[in-house]
Amino acid sequence: MSTLQFDDKQTPQTVAARQAWMRLLSRAPLEMLEPALSPFAGPQPQWLRAPETGLIMAQGRVGGTGARFNLGEVTVTRCALRTDHTVVDCNTVGVAYVLGHSHRHAELAALADAMLQDSACRALVPADLLTRIEEWLEARRAERADKTRSTRVEFFTVAREASNEDATEDSE
Amino acid sequence: MSAVDLSRIGPGFADLALGSQAVFRTVLDALSHPGRILMMREEAPPPRDVHSAAALALLALLDQDCALWLSPSLASGPAVAWLRFHTGCRIVERAADAQFAWIAGVSEFPALDAFAQGSEFEPEKSTTCVIQVDALANDGGWTLQGPGINGACRLAVAGLGDDFVAQWQDNRLRFPGGVDLLFSSGERLAGISRTTRIRS
Repeated sequence: MSTLQFDDKQTPQTVAARQAWMRLLSRAPLEMLEPALSPFAGPQPQWLRAPETGLIMAQGRVGGTGARFNLGEVTVTRCALRTDHTVVDCNTVGVAYVLGHSHRHAELAALADAMLQDSACRALVPADLLTRIEEWLEARRAERADKTRSTRVEFFTVAREASNEDATEDSE
Repeated sequence: MSAVDLSRIGPGFADLALGSQAVFRTVLDALSHPGRILMMREEAPPPRDVHSAAALALLALLDQDCALWLSPSLASGPAVAWLRFHTGCRIVERAADAQFAWIAGVSEFPALDAFAQGSEFEPEKSTTCVIQVDALANDGGWTLQGPGINGACRLAVAGLGDDFVAQWQDNRLRFPGGVDLLFSSGERLAGISRTTRIRS
């Protein structure tokens, strides 16, 4: 990741890398972002869009592939900023969309996004921040999967065989 | 849709609520007192190459439900990205589909009947045009009469001639439909509403 150049043109690789860290930053707990990034959050970031909280309609698909349906509205906080020149000087704009209503979370996520896009500032972000977030998310996911697994029910026989037969008939 | 280059976009209102309310008040004054020239306070730094009064008026009035038409030189300029980022408005190709229009100069001003005119039942569906002009003055030029004007007042708009006055007569005949206009010159703003009578 450190060889990517964001200062020039966007490429599919840079876009994918940015999407990856924006996803991690938006899902990270504030307690992990605060110690890593607060030294760079100056008193006066230049807001392109100050943090604002609103609702967006989340959509889902039945079974992950079915028709779309409206799952419900979720609270989202977003912001866009340039970094405070007195603290860290990178001429990039960071953007964050974060679930919930924490303005501070959105600010720190956008700050990290701005710094990671700039080849000089990227070194200032703690190198292991993103991996630690990823590990934390993975641990949470595993924990939840463990809890769910205890209630798992396997439906053998009739239903599954019947559906398999249907599938072969359809394909003929 | 291509990604917007955020690094070139300037900030919007420093205080969204107060800034947009102050600008809205100025626009309201301009349209309720046709011909009166008002100063638009700079509540947000406008993009370069456009009039601050026009840019701020649109910044305050537009939202994601609004359709905006841009005259050719604006459509290719940097101000669009700024306006779209901060308001979320849609850009439309046909002037007749637009609720608002932003016109860079008198030379790019299409005929008034090219815009949406509203109807008897939905007069609010007509286009509000924001036109950048070289100069505005309250001496010489047209004589304005109508609602919001005590007696008569004068307004000189640089570059708009008899042809425009004739078009404006037709616009008045479409009442309760018809377009409303806002003129900007730098940070100065004046409006004429569809009820205003113009004599040259």
